[in-house]
Parts: sequence; structure tokens; C-alpha cells
Amino acid sequence: MITKSPKDANGAKQPTSTRENQDGEFNLRLYVAGQTPKSLTAIANLKTLCEDHLAGRYNIEVIDLLVTPQLAAGDQIVALPTLVRRLPPPLKRVIGDLSNTERVLVGLDIRPRAAGLK
Amino acid sequence: MQALEKSATGIAGLDELTFGGLPAGRPSLICGGAGCGKTIFAISYLVNGAIKFDEGGVFMSFEERAADLEANVASLGYDLSDLIAKKQLAIDHVHIERSEIEESGDYDLEGLFVRLAHAIDSVGAKRVVLDTIEALFSGLTDSVVLRAEIRRLFAWLKDRGVTAIITAERGDGTLTRYGIEEYVSDCVILLDNRVTEQVTTRLLRVIKYRGSAHGTNEYPFLIDADGISVLPITSAGLGHPISDETISTGIAGLDEMLGVKGYFVGSSILISGLAGTGKSTFGASFVNAACERGKRALFFAFEESPDQIVRNMKSVGILLKRHVEAGLLAFEAARPSLYGFEMHLARMNRDIERFKPDIIVVDPISAFRGPEFEIHATLIRLADICKAKGITALFTSLSSSGDAMSASDRSVSSLMDTWLSLSDIEANGERNRVLYLLKSRGMDHSKQLREYRLTRDGVRLVDAYAGPAGVLTGTARLVQEARERNAALERQEATERRRRELARKRAATEREIADMRRSLDGEEEDLRRLIEQEEAREEVIGSERSELASIRGARP
Repeated sequence: MITKSPKDANGAKQPTSTRENQDGEFNLRLYVAGQTPKSLTAIANLKTLCEDHLAGRYNIEVIDLLVTPQLAAGDQIVALPTLVRRLPPPLKRVIGDLSNTERVLVGLDIRPRAAGLK
Repeated sequence: MQALEKSATGIAGLDELTFGGLPAGRPSLICGGAGCGKTIFAISYLVNGAIKFDEGGVFMSFEERAADLEANVASLGYDLSDLIAKKQLAIDHVHIERSEIEESGDYDLEGLFVRLAHAIDSVGAKRVVLDTIEALFSGLTDSVVLRAEIRRLFAWLKDRGVTAIITAERGDGTLTRYGIEEYVSDCVILLDNRVTEQVTTRLLRVIKYRGSAHGTNEYPFLIDADGISVLPITSAGLGHPISDETISTGIAGLDEMLGVKGYFVGSSILISGLAGTGKSTFGASFVNAACERGKRALFFAFEESPDQIVRNMKSVGILLKRHVEAGLLAFEAARPSLYGFEMHLARMNRDIERFKPDIIVVDPISAFRGPEFEIHATLIRLADICKAKGITALFTSLSSSGDAMSASDRSVSSLMDTWLSLSDIEANGERNRVLYLLKSRGMDHSKQLREYRLTRDGVRLVDAYAGPAGVLTGTARLVQEARERNAALERQEATERRRRELARKRAATEREIADMRRSLDGEEEDLRRLIEQEEAREEVIGSERSELASIRGARP
């Protein structure tokens, strides 16, 4: 379902998409601060979304900044919750409780053209 | 009731005009256009806090990266990485790239809070700078959320008890572009960069300071290698202490003219004169005399470079180099057109603060060109600064023409305690230098016009010729003196002549007497001889007669 568009196939991107497909890895990190309603909503939304679109090809790391505040500066976190796509590159960020699935998929570059072609 | 607690900025001048600094534990807003020094102000606040007051600081930058920031303020002598290593400062660069961010659903800025809290805790910060928080508006779209969150942030900062500076770019008709001034209501400082007649002046104004008195004027400030200095013009209030002590002018005759052996300590002296009348030389003499007595002198030169002054003054026997080497004399030279008046004033104030001189010389004030009231205001402040510190200030001023009192002189005359006027007197086809004391407050000074000469041994006052023909100078004086000398000589010769005549007469008479006596003596001799002969003859006749008698049969 998620494939790298062949139209994009230039020298630089080719190895990336190969590796992505081989490993199938979507390394996602969700930053939250405590168990706020917004945090819980975001976690739930993310899980649903990944199961629907990235089944078996993702791992999610939830980081509570109240526990590890020193991690906030490294990923340039300002707004919370923030979802960061660490892999595949480039780095992508989606902020908010992820209630708008369409925007999340665009933000994570999971279904960019599908949305555009409709 | 407890007064508002303040957090000293350590910025020279700003603490004076805010009576202690920024409101402690509250956010303050510093706003202004591009390039007017907001970031430098903010970073100075943190660096001073760390170095002078041992208070940790957090700099949260929304624009510059930490490395750029460090490089930028290195020119002010601030070593940020050293402070960071010592855990006195934390820099956090918040970077938001709109193109990298997708927004989906509700969010807040808790991440910013977490970062700030972490940074504050890591250095135990008491001071926080947010530079420029409005950058968030260009990174995130939901301005309603942003405004609510910024408001919450300021409240949160207050709760944490940190003193915060929020910088903001000035907007169109508003203090800040996104109107965040309405959330920061405790202290607002506006910085401005104004250009008048091609000269830029940096100005600072405290727009509002809740719960505290503050200076309300616009104050010039300076950013240079020594950081920021603001010039508070507290207008001195004429409450400065005065002194009865005097300090030599460095010119022997002038000390006497003033009647009190010099200028009063802490007074303002104006030396005005035409070109080439030796105004600078008078200033240098004063400096030389002060330095020789171990006083510290600061020479503000606006026309000549320090080396040039030293060289030129050597030609009149005033050796300044030794004082410079001894650390008693410092020169500050700058072209008048380099900055505006305010900047010059700020710079001079800073130099005075730093060098702590006993006397200053400003040579010349007439080099400042501009609106009269501005020059006047600048000089009033400078004179007040000096008076408040008990510094004796000597100003020179170039008079424009034969007119002894130019407009700039008139405008400053009321400020000056002693006014020495140097001028040329043109007569008999030559110019001669004369000086007189136009005024000198509190001194029984000479009212005479005195001629002076610039000699190899400095300024020398020539004894005034004040004879029946009035005060004469130069050749006229010399001619008059020669004339008098001749007259005296003639008188002397006549007496001598009479004396010789008398001697001659006496000699002649003596001679006559001697002749007469000699002839008398001769006559006397003849007569005596005659008498002797007569007597001899008488004797002979006598004896002959007795002989004859005996022969005739005289009886014995």
C-alpha cells in the first residue's frame, strides 16, 4: 500500500526507498508531556493510524518530556504533542493531537500523491 | 509598604534611570526596529547578571543560533562559551521551520515550557531572555492558540519568579508586530535608531514601568567594545557640591589675573578665541600643570589627533608625552561628524566614568555643528556631569570672526564659571594676541586686557603697558617703550651736560684763581725783595754813620 513513487526515482532517493521497503521501517517518535487528555488522544490516534496504514512496518516511541525534558531541545520540540518521523529521512513533524488523519498522512509523507490525485 | 524589588541590569546608566533596574520576577518588554540593539541589550543583561551579580541566565533564541550569537557578542568582550561551561548561562535555540511542520488537531506550547524549565533548572537561572518570541507567529499558524500560550508563558515566568526580558520587533503603529505588549505590562523599554542629518543616534526610552518612578526622556546610548552604556541626564539639579580649592592654570601670569591662583576645582571654563590664538595651548598648559601635580586629565580632541597635539605642544615647551606614559593623561580623539551629539556625550560620559579624571579638556566645542539648542543641551549635560563629579572642565571654542561672542559662545556662556577671551588686536599693520577675563564667578579677577605670547617655554603674559597713551600691544608697545626710553636717555644726557658745564666752569674759575694767586705771589716776592734791599741799605747807611762819628773824635 505504501510505496515510494517511482516517478521520484533519482539517484539520491533510490537507496532510501529500497532500504525503507526492505526494512519497512517507519521510526516514529511521539513527544508528550504527562498523561493529559491531549496526550492520550494523540497516542490513541497514532496507534489507529499506524495500524490502518503502516501495519507491521512501524515502531512508535512515546517520550514523556516531564520525565526526560532534556530531549526536547534536540528534536526542536516547541508544541505538544509533536509526532516526529525520524525514519525514513527527511525529518518530518506533525503537531497536534493527530485528530485530522488526512493531515497526518500528508505530514508523514505516507500518502502524498494519492491525496493530490484525487 | 515594600517597594518594588528590582533586578539590576548592570548596564551603565540604565540602572540609574530606572532607579535600580528591571522589575524583579516580572517580564519586561524591549522593543525596537531592526538593528537597534535589542539582542545586545538582552544578552548584556544576562552576562552582567552572571558576572556581576552571580545570577544564572537563560537565553532562549528564536532567531539566531547559539554559535552565531556567541560570535556576534564576542566583539563586546563577552565570552558566552565560558559562561556556559561554568553553568552560569544556558542558550537554547528554538527553531521552527514552517515547511517541516504539519498541524493536525489541538496542540499547545508545552514543549517550550518544558525546554525553558529544563534550561532554568540546569543553571539555576534568575534571568531569562526570550529573543524574539514573535518568531513563533511565523512558524505556527494558529494565532489564537499562540496568543493564549504566550499569555500563559508570561504568567508562568512570573510564577517561577524569574526576571524576563522579551524582545520584539517594532510594528506599524504598534510597539510590537503582533501586539504582545498587551501581555507584558510591567515594564516596556523602547529602543530607537534615529538619523538626523546623516548622523545616527541610538536612543532609549522607558515607556512604562508599573509601580516605579523612572526617567521619562529619551536617553542616548552607545554600543561599542565595552558593551552598552546609557547616558542618563538627570539634569544635575544644581545640587552639586562646590569647592574652594583652586587648580593652577599652568600659566603664571594668568593665575595672578584670576586673583585666586587658578581655576576653582569643579568649575567650567570656556576659552574662546579666533583661529590661531592658542586656545589649545591654553588647554594643554592646564593639562600639563594638572598632571605635574599628579592629577588625572582627559583630553577630548575633535580637531587634532593625539600625536599631533603632543608634537605641536612640544614646540611651545609643553611636554605631554611623559604624562601619557605615566598614565595620568589620556586622549580621546574623534571627528565631530562621527556620531551625533548624543552619542558624543554618551561616549564622553563613559570615558569619564572609566578614566576618572580630575580635569577634562574639550577641544573645541565649536567643532560640533548643528542646531544651537542641541549643542546647548549637550554642553549643559556635559558641564553638569563634570560638576556632579567635581571635575574641572575646560572647553575651548572657536569664535567665528572678529565678533568676540559667537552664537555658540552666547548659548553656553551662562554655563561657564570662568570665561577667558583670547583675541587679536590689529593695529599698526600687525596682529597681537591679547586676553582678558570676560567673567569669572567668585573671583576678584583682573579686568585688564593683557598681551600674551606663545614662546618656546609656553604661554607667557607680557607685562601690560598701561601708560598715558592707553594699553598698547606689540610693536606699538615696543615703540612706546623705546620712545620713553629715549626721552629718559635725553633727560639723562642733559643733566650730564649741565654737570659737565658746571665742572668746566668750576675748573676755569679755579684756574683763574690760581693765576691771580700766582701773580699775587710774584708781586709779593718782588716787594719783599725790595724791602730787603731797602733794609740792607738802611743798615749800611747806619753803620757808615757811626763809623764816621767815631772818626770825628767821638768819645767812647
